Amino acid sequence: MRALEKQRNILDFTLSSLGRRKGKNIALVLVYTFVIFLLASVLFFSHSLKKEAALILQDAPAMTVQKLVAGRQDLIPTHYIDSIRQIKGVQSVAPRLWGYYYDALSGANYTLMVNADLNDRAGEIVIGNGVSWRSAAGKRNQPLRKNEIIPFKTYDGSALSLKVSGLLPFASELVTADLILVSETDFRKIFSIATGQATDLVLQVRNAKELPVIATKITQIHPDTRPILREEILRTYDAVFDWRSGVIIMVLAGVFLAFIILAWDKATGLSAEEKREIGILKATGWETTDILLMKFWEGAAVSLMAFFMGIFLAYLHIFLASSILFAPVLKGWSVLYPHFRLTPYISGYQIATLFFLTVIPYTVATIVPSWRSATIDPDSVMRM
Amino acid sequence: MIHLQNIRKVFNAGRPNEFVAIEGVTLAIDSQGATALKGPSGSGKTTLLSILGCMARPTAGRITLQEREITSLPERFLTEIRRETFGFIFQQFNLIKGITALENVMLPAYPNGENYVSLKKRAMELLDLLNIGGKATSKVEWLSGGEAQRTAIARALINNPAIIIADEPTAHLDTRLSAEFMEIMRQLKQEGKTILIASHDPIVYESDVIDRIVEMRDGRIVSSGDVP
Repeated sequence: MRALEKQRNILDFTLSSLGRRKGKNIALVLVYTFVIFLLASVLFFSHSLKKEAALILQDAPAMTVQKLVAGRQDLIPTHYIDSIRQIKGVQSVAPRLWGYYYDALSGANYTLMVNADLNDRAGEIVIGNGVSWRSAAGKRNQPLRKNEIIPFKTYDGSALSLKVSGLLPFASELVTADLILVSETDFRKIFSIATGQATDLVLQVRNAKELPVIATKITQIHPDTRPILREEILRTYDAVFDWRSGVIIMVLAGVFLAFIILAWDKATGLSAEEKREIGILKATGWETTDILLMKFWEGAAVSLMAFFMGIFLAYLHIFLASSILFAPVLKGWSVLYPHFRLTPYISGYQIATLFFLTVIPYTVATIVPSWRSATIDPDSVMRM
Repeated sequence: MIHLQNIRKVFNAGRPNEFVAIEGVTLAIDSQGATALKGPSGSGKTTLLSILGCMARPTAGRITLQEREITSLPERFLTEIRRETFGFIFQQFNLIKGITALENVMLPAYPNGENYVSLKKRAMELLDLLNIGGKATSKVEWLSGGEAQRTAIARALINNPAIIIADEPTAHLDTRLSAEFMEIMRQLKQEGKTILIASHDPIVYESDVIDRIVEMRDGRIVSSGDVP
């Protein structure tokens, strides 16, 4: 009980000590908070993007088969489906039709994709949120609504007007911002793709472990194809987002370095006044360990306050303010920036990493110089 | 109560600026009396007080406190003895700026782990006793010289020490405040405390509070005797 009271008394004194050097400590907490905010923002953002991408890709086909001509992707004949379906372990094979459409009026690229639900509703489209704002017909500071028309220019220059019959859900905006779902008939009309050809084929298999074997068999039967596994796409996403967070961290390295110098200077350099106070405390009966305990609480209070404030601000920035500072670099360079809110994903591992890289070194840095001062003879205070 | 035997204290030993502050001092301080260490600046009074108060170790010699040899005790035990046995009043008061008079008084008791409420109550009682209860919540930099001195006395008394050590306590006080200080020392002596004051101020060593004067010069005791 006495030990607890002692801790409480020393902590009490530490907190009132912090208040005495307001200017120094507020400046330190502000800079410290800013650094934690930047680091935590990068971590939260890239982690949530990866998680989001992984969730969206969960429903993606286990394998996509493309046809290559001279090393580039080409249209794939739909009769390949029959031979691929014969391979043991393949559950289903389906053709996919998709492509990019440049809208000269709005200056944006859209992704057009055939959706089987629209096949008996030719003339209708379902659009993503980015398209609804950016479409030429929607340049009235308000998005396109249901039943409005988007004009398309087909391969031979003729116009094809398609009616908006629905909007894609907001939550999936990361991948659907620039997406337009069309019927097969309209898709083939716009791009002049003959029946019997598709952009690629998608496969579902019974056992995911057999995927590499099935992929090998496909390339044996059709040497002009390239099977792509879902795991490979995920890995690419991870690598891209990791690379982008790396770029940001490198850009911010200067800020971190400046902080380290500031923190080191503020934490390690004891002022004459602080040294005098340590002398007085020792002379009046404080032990070296009591003084170190006080300095530990001081360092811990500053760094914990900055840590929690930084994490909180980063959370607001990433998950409520749509990551306004980093979005252009981390999301990509598309014309249609997705304006969406990330679902918060924070891992304990990230928080712990941040904690051990910031709070612990700072706290230790405040104790070391105090230890040097705390071990001086208490009689020095008699000669002040 | 305290016995010093052949004490020697050397600063910067072995260096070109080596300085012998105390040489061959043997002294016995009895309990419940008031002793004044008298002498000019640089005579070794402060160094001797530091050694008596377990703040500094002698280079040579032995110290016993209440029949216990304390010369070779580790720092931790010396701190404990210092906290429990001695109350210090410094020449510059040495109060911690930015906190209140009350907090300054409570400081030496924090490591004891005493309940905060009861400690605060005791500190307040001490300030009241010294007639500065009204200034308890004032920051120490706002206090006058006399008030700061009383705060420093209250701080010296918070751990209820048996011995009060004061180093040039009247150096920054006028005649009236110096006389008041000696009055407080008289009360403490009557309560049974042992008083040790280093001073070259006649108001101190000529005061009837003082029972014994130890005169020092050049690090040595030149005379020691009871005041008639």
